[in-house]
Amino acid sequence: MTQASETNAYNFAYLDEQTKRMIRRAILKGVAVPGYQVPFASREMPMPYGWGTGGVQVTAACLVPEDRLKVIDQGADDTTNAVSIRKFFQRTAGVAVTEATGEATVIQTRHRIPETPLTEGQILVYQVPIPEPLRFLEPRETETRKMHELEEYGLMHVKLYEDIARHGEIATSYAYPVKVEGRYVMDPSPIPKFDNPKLGDNAAIQLFGAGREQRIYAVPPYTQVVSLDFDDHPFVASKAPHDCDLCGAKGSYLDEVITDDAGSRMYVCSDTDFCTGRREAGHVGRLGVAMAGGVA
Amino acid sequence: MTSDALTGGFAKAPQQSARAFRGLLEVMARPGTIHLLEGAAPPAPLSVAAGVALLTLADGTTPLHLTGAADCAAVRDWVTFHIGAPLVAAEDADFALGRWQDLQPLHRFRIGQPDYPDRSATLIVEVDRLEAAGARLTGPGIKDAAHLSLPEVAAFRANRALFPLGFDVLLTCGAQVAGLPRSTIVEDV
Repeated sequence: MTQASETNAYNFAYLDEQTKRMIRRAILKGVAVPGYQVPFASREMPMPYGWGTGGVQVTAACLVPEDRLKVIDQGADDTTNAVSIRKFFQRTAGVAVTEATGEATVIQTRHRIPETPLTEGQILVYQVPIPEPLRFLEPRETETRKMHELEEYGLMHVKLYEDIARHGEIATSYAYPVKVEGRYVMDPSPIPKFDNPKLGDNAAIQLFGAGREQRIYAVPPYTQVVSLDFDDHPFVASKAPHDCDLCGAKGSYLDEVITDDAGSRMYVCSDTDFCTGRREAGHVGRLGVAMAGGVA
Repeated sequence: MTSDALTGGFAKAPQQSARAFRGLLEVMARPGTIHLLEGAAPPAPLSVAAGVALLTLADGTTPLHLTGAADCAAVRDWVTFHIGAPLVAAEDADFALGRWQDLQPLHRFRIGQPDYPDRSATLIVEVDRLEAAGARLTGPGIKDAAHLSLPEVAAFRANRALFPLGFDVLLTCGAQVAGLPRSTIVEDV
């Protein structure tokens, strides 16, 4: 069987039309009630749970043939998860792909929001492992659903308070809970809390898909998203106190890389497209080499 | 069944419904914006946009309520052949289609349950004109304020007061579509 006829054996974007209609209805209800988790009949996908089956289904329901897709995993375009999902949609939807944030129309992300500000016309699809922000405080779905219904979010503040009592500060550093439009408390997926301020008032449509947990939720553009905190312990979007060692960026989220057995380390931008763009523009960090002379 | 009922659907459903959904997603996520829906030729009196919206979102699992002029043999046959949605009373509908005055009284439509606000109806309202002028819209999806020609304001204010419950609305006119989710705050200018 040739490559072409193999590809044609799939419906556009892999899922059948009935499934896409079901997902599309859930997405529209999610958009209408920002932050509320809409149950949907998640399908088995040709990848294991935990590899972004929710995000893939949301992306499949949104893609049009004219789209340009970007997929990132912890900010990187070239990691296994990102590469395999990108290839999956190249093969089943025939869409163009890119690594440049500015050129993408749909961006599927695992646990980061790109450093480059998003624009109108872009859709950011998050892969979500545990969509329920209250799940580790209350394991019963019947109870957490009731808590959302009654807007009973005191338990979440108790959790943050216990952080302060134990560590002197709110130690939650990722999947930091937010309140959307003053109504629903939402798990922003395990993005670092450094990214939380980008959730609110964003020009792009943000969609969240949790495949194993069968939930879809959404944050429309220009929506108020507030990270939970206390008056005397305000929310801080923290990051490693360093500059990027490759591109010298001061304000980007950094990955720590151990470079030898003696404990030497370097800090590099987690967003590979952002870092590459800066280095191409001539910025050089502490351990970087100018791009013209080859990659560091 | 009339033979016309067999025509007027999508020619390439996967691609055409994908483009139509992106239009629907944009108008629901950015209330006040107007997009074009194309690719279907539903029977009169349905607008193209209303027909495309039904083909994109409705199927055998979504009860549909037709009312007024839209509740005619030609439309019922077309819906039965292309979509297969059960035709039901307003109280049981996931989708309702008709002109604003024919959809009254609105309290018949499902607004969801406090623990499942998504179990609510989506009204597809056929209007004579659709333009970005008129009632002032604010809320999620809107940068500062937007304007949209609405059939009335009071009903949407009442619907917003139910939030997070309430119905969601698609306004259709010819090939044009605009969205008004329950989250939008509507005011007279």
